[in-house]
Amino acid sequence: MTVASSSPPSRLPLSDAGAVAPAKKARARTRGDGALAAVFIAPAMLGFLVFLLWPTVRGIYLSFTRFNLLTPAEWVGLDNYVRMVNDPIFWGSLTVTVEYVVINIGVQTVAALAIAVLLQRLTQSALLRGIVLTPYLMSNVVAGLVWLWILDTQLGIGNEIISALGFDRIPFLADDTWAIPTIALINVWRHVGYTALLLFAGLQAIPNDMYEAAKVDGASEWRMFWRITMPLLRPVLAVVLIMTVIGSFQVFDTVAVTTAGGPANATNVLQYYIYGSAFGRFQFGYASAMSVALLVVLSAITVLQYRLTRAGQTDLG
Amino acid sequence: MAAVAATPTKAPTVHPVRRRFSLGRAAAWTVMGLIVLITLLPFYWILRTALSTNAGLGADPTNPLPADLTGSGFERALGLQSAKEAIAQGGAGGGLDFWRYLLNSVIVSTLITGCQIFFSAMAAYAFSRLRWRGRDKVFGLFLAGLMVPTIFTLLPNFVLIKQLHLVDTLFGIALPSLFMTPFAVFFLRQFFMNVPREVEEAALLDGAGKVKIFFRVILPMASTPIITLSVLTYITSWNDYFWPLMVSYSDSSRVLTVALAIFRAQTPATGVDWSGLTAATLIAALPMLVLFACFARRIVSSIGFTGIK
Repeated sequence: MTVASSSPPSRLPLSDAGAVAPAKKARARTRGDGALAAVFIAPAMLGFLVFLLWPTVRGIYLSFTRFNLLTPAEWVGLDNYVRMVNDPIFWGSLTVTVEYVVINIGVQTVAALAIAVLLQRLTQSALLRGIVLTPYLMSNVVAGLVWLWILDTQLGIGNEIISALGFDRIPFLADDTWAIPTIALINVWRHVGYTALLLFAGLQAIPNDMYEAAKVDGASEWRMFWRITMPLLRPVLAVVLIMTVIGSFQVFDTVAVTTAGGPANATNVLQYYIYGSAFGRFQFGYASAMSVALLVVLSAITVLQYRLTRAGQTDLG
Repeated sequence: MAAVAATPTKAPTVHPVRRRFSLGRAAAWTVMGLIVLITLLPFYWILRTALSTNAGLGADPTNPLPADLTGSGFERALGLQSAKEAIAQGGAGGGLDFWRYLLNSVIVSTLITGCQIFFSAMAAYAFSRLRWRGRDKVFGLFLAGLMVPTIFTLLPNFVLIKQLHLVDTLFGIALPSLFMTPFAVFFLRQFFMNVPREVEEAALLDGAGKVKIFFRVILPMASTPIITLSVLTYITSWNDYFWPLMVSYSDSSRVLTVALAIFRAQTPATGVDWSGLTAATLIAALPMLVLFACFARRIVSSIGFTGIK
């Protein structure tokens, strides 16, 4: 932290106590900065108010209305929420979404951790780090299409291999039990490298002497992982978890290009249902109510995770 | 360290502890190799498919080389084939013009990246280097914006873009992201605060104003994080699908991700045009691979700072 960030805005960093003239000058300069700051902050402020704060307020407002985009929104009180609680498709969506998040985050976190530790303990190669990041450069749409082809029941190489090994072909994205785990793993493929690099950066902060000292004591890599790496990585891991869980709940693109919510709502994740309600059936009020529900769920999870994982504290030093 | 790591099996001469380690290392390298394979093989498979004919794909699904090597998939994706020709080759003949979508994606991503980073940098400068009343409170407000998932603002933002009559325009797609993200402001502020005060004071003594300091001192000194953030922002806006899907209805504002999904949905009666679809997928993905290759080293080493995103 620099002096500027910790001192109150109206004071100079150097103490001029008693000297009247510099104090006046300081105030003059403060005012000067104020005008300049207003100019510098204006575009970002405009964006913040118009495209972040206002839509947040409006989204909450719309959830209490009936609104089809063509006629003005009509206040209906809690109707949308009552409907939501009684809507089996909504609950189905929520269940499917949770199932997706659990598989996606579970596999991704373990895999990312493994990759990060391998990258740290085995090699510091920037090339390897670049390679694991490549799928992240693809859009979800591209990743979805790539695996849609590889896992195609008739022609996909994945099923050709399964069939060559003597097993039955698996209709990965067309079967209601396989579809969600498949989509979850496709997204692990795309995101695991990025997550691994975030964890890798966290691992870099652990002093190497700790590993050297443990090695001298004859500790195995396995033991070092549980005794040194995990405890010291915990704060970073917690932040990464919160972030990836929030991202995971918003799954949409992959579903849209691979299964379009099917078969029979088996992959109708919450965001896909919200989109369909708004743009398929023009129920913007109901869609907004479900968005609010998602926002509440995400906030609750964030707070809970933050508490449980003590994300704000470090065990290092 | 790297030399030892690269030759894990050559270790039997060293003492037992070391050898046990090396066996573990060999296993670890095997796992790493598998990870690299799972990461990269799908890309090869897509290339192989794009260079095959649809008939060849059906006849020879496991051949590791392209079945009937051809550029016809790419021709179809780029709209270089007549509808009749395309249908004969197993395409939909729907006339998708990927050059246009490529250009649209470039326009939207460039506009968003350029404006968003510049405006966010200006705000970050005001939050880190200028003194003004209420600065910390306003910054706290911006930070609170981090808590709102982007997806929550999409529906209301669509309503707003519609009221502004910007639906189905490239500007409408770019507009909500043009000015700032709380993350960009937060991220850049961290770096601006670390620029030594002495450097700024030296410039002040030379008679430079605060505006000049921003352009001549702060921006150049923070060039690495700015480049990293720019590349990541470019990739994010290039890959965005949900928002453009809401806003764009016709070719004039269609970006690559949306076009790809439409290509996929236009399945001809004969089955999916895998050759054309994978060619289009590569066209959509290639620019980001090239962009990343240019800045890879810088991005890979500074990605940890983006932890909040």
